[in-house]
Amino acid sequence: MTKTLDNKAWLLVLPVVILVAFNAILPLMTVINYSLQDTFGNNHFSWNGVQWYAELLDPATEFGGRFFGALGRSIAYSLVILAIEVPVGIMVAIAMPKRGVALSVCLVLMALPLLVPWNVVGIIWQLYARDNIGLFGWSITALGIPFNYTNSAVASWIVVVLMDVWHWTSLIALLCFAGLKSIPAAFYQAAKIDGASRWAVFRRIELPKLQRVLLIGVLLRFMDSFMVYTEPFVVTGGGPGNYTTFLSIDLVKIALGQFDLGKAGAMSIVYTLIVLIVCWLFYTVMVGRDREEGSA
Amino acid sequence: MSRIELVDLAHSYLTKPSPTSHWALKTMNMTWEQGGAYALLGPSGCGKTTLLNAISGLVIPSHGKILFDGTDVAKISTEQRNIAQVFQFPVVYDTMTVAENLAFPLINRGVRGDLIAQRVSEVAKMLDLGRDLARKARGLTADMKQKISLGRGLVRSDVGAILFDEPLTVIDPHLKWHLRAQLKRVHDESDVTMIYVTHDQTEALTFADKVVVMLDGAVVQIGTPQQLFEKPAHTFVGYFIGSPGMNVLPADLAGDHVMVRGHRIDLAHGYAPRPMNDKIEIGVRPEFLRLASRHEGFPVTVARVEDVGRARIMRCAIDGVAVSALISEDVAIPSDGVRLVADPAHVHVYADSHVVD
Repeated sequence: MTKTLDNKAWLLVLPVVILVAFNAILPLMTVINYSLQDTFGNNHFSWNGVQWYAELLDPATEFGGRFFGALGRSIAYSLVILAIEVPVGIMVAIAMPKRGVALSVCLVLMALPLLVPWNVVGIIWQLYARDNIGLFGWSITALGIPFNYTNSAVASWIVVVLMDVWHWTSLIALLCFAGLKSIPAAFYQAAKIDGASRWAVFRRIELPKLQRVLLIGVLLRFMDSFMVYTEPFVVTGGGPGNYTTFLSIDLVKIALGQFDLGKAGAMSIVYTLIVLIVCWLFYTVMVGRDREEGSA
Repeated sequence: MSRIELVDLAHSYLTKPSPTSHWALKTMNMTWEQGGAYALLGPSGCGKTTLLNAISGLVIPSHGKILFDGTDVAKISTEQRNIAQVFQFPVVYDTMTVAENLAFPLINRGVRGDLIAQRVSEVAKMLDLGRDLARKARGLTADMKQKISLGRGLVRSDVGAILFDEPLTVIDPHLKWHLRAQLKRVHDESDVTMIYVTHDQTEALTFADKVVVMLDGAVVQIGTPQQLFEKPAHTFVGYFIGSPGMNVLPADLAGDHVMVRGHRIDLAHGYAPRPMNDKIEIGVRPEFLRLASRHEGFPVTVARVEDVGRARIMRCAIDGVAVSALISEDVAIPSDGVRLVADPAHVHVYADSHVVD
């Protein structure tokens, strides 16, 4: 069979081009477009150049200060939940039953929080942590420690952090459990023969073998928590004050609360770039590791 | 350094085994002398690895005792048994360097630093790992990894025994010979008991002073390679060891001779009659069959002749029962009317697969 050249074949990719244009390129261009303009309502826009970006990246300005504040809180939030979820997830995975009915029960119970919608998780904790009717908040208050997340920064952070730990630790645990399962029995047998302590087994066998799944787990949890919106919004609405106003919450406030589409556009673009860069860093590290392992 | 005795040892992986259910190890009594080089030989699934793991403590046997110099260790953990073991597939700790890998069993046992350094360099030299000591044990070839595993098995100078579970499976053939010779040398120099599991008879016969042949969870014969060759205690041993294996022919016992398909084969001495329902067979190795003149032996039909270099294997049959004979190169095989005769001293009688004296 001879192949004939026919440029009309390009038309065959047209549906995809149209689809991508409508669901990705056009919306993104709209955001970029807004980010370069200012609006005074009533659909009047005026060219504003890169002023929003300049303000955003300068912490001295009101807008920039606000952005860096929210960025700092978002990063802190991600780091705190990772610092809790990763070690706890690993410990849970190691402590899990290895087979039998107990394992099945354990897996189902651990999968449950992952299936609860974000909104519902927010509502659960909104109620659970109240100092008047919520079991958790009431118990702590009953111990003599004032715990009111609507007016205490510390209490509000405790609630949003615990909520995320409750919701997502099992993801890390399940990933690690799968990772542990894939370690051949010979490694444990050899460690016994070598007289290795439990800690040495963890440090020298389990942790190195878990590195890959942990990298994926950390990436997923970092991305999700860095973009978290629904749960803290339902519980604290970003308050008290701005204490739990993370980037995504602030973005919505600016875009829909104040209808500052220009500022919100600029912030969206920078936010997206940060997420992409972090993703790329993780990817580079992962690929780098693979290459290192592959070479002799 | 210890003498290992197995007393009524048996193991089943089932929680409540009955006498008729599957036993990975059937009741056995035997002694591994201190300083011996043993090979544990048998087909896959015969219980070799289970026996090895029971000795090292990775499997706690369900029945019986394991005595190390008279002390029962059957229920004691691996760490407390002072046993080294090398597995079929390489295990390396890949966040550590090669040297750290070799030192690991010593560090865990709190050996002094200078002694560790000394042992590591000795073992590295033995296994030709000297140049790679400082590199990370990550991304090495299977050969290298298995050398490291072997090294960790050999590095402790005070072990009761070193157990090898088919350690050279992943190693390429040339290096295999070299490493096996090294292990043999280590054994001769250090007087440590070594038990080497394999399903390869060549490996077993070249490594061991004594070969333990297992079949179906039971030990069927313990002996020197010579004994296994000359007087297999079980038809399986005769068949499994030797190339080609021993001829096993159904026979009727008649005092000082047997009848095989109506042909007489002489025995070295007279045998007492056996109970009626015993399955009687004779075993004779191809090496002890020779071409006979018209007046002796039994007639065979030749199927084919294989030239294996120094000799030829003649594949033939007595009335449909397959027989192999090893014929030296300088003897001509007649084109028809071939007869074979067996050396009576090397014809063994088996009742229900076990040798009869």
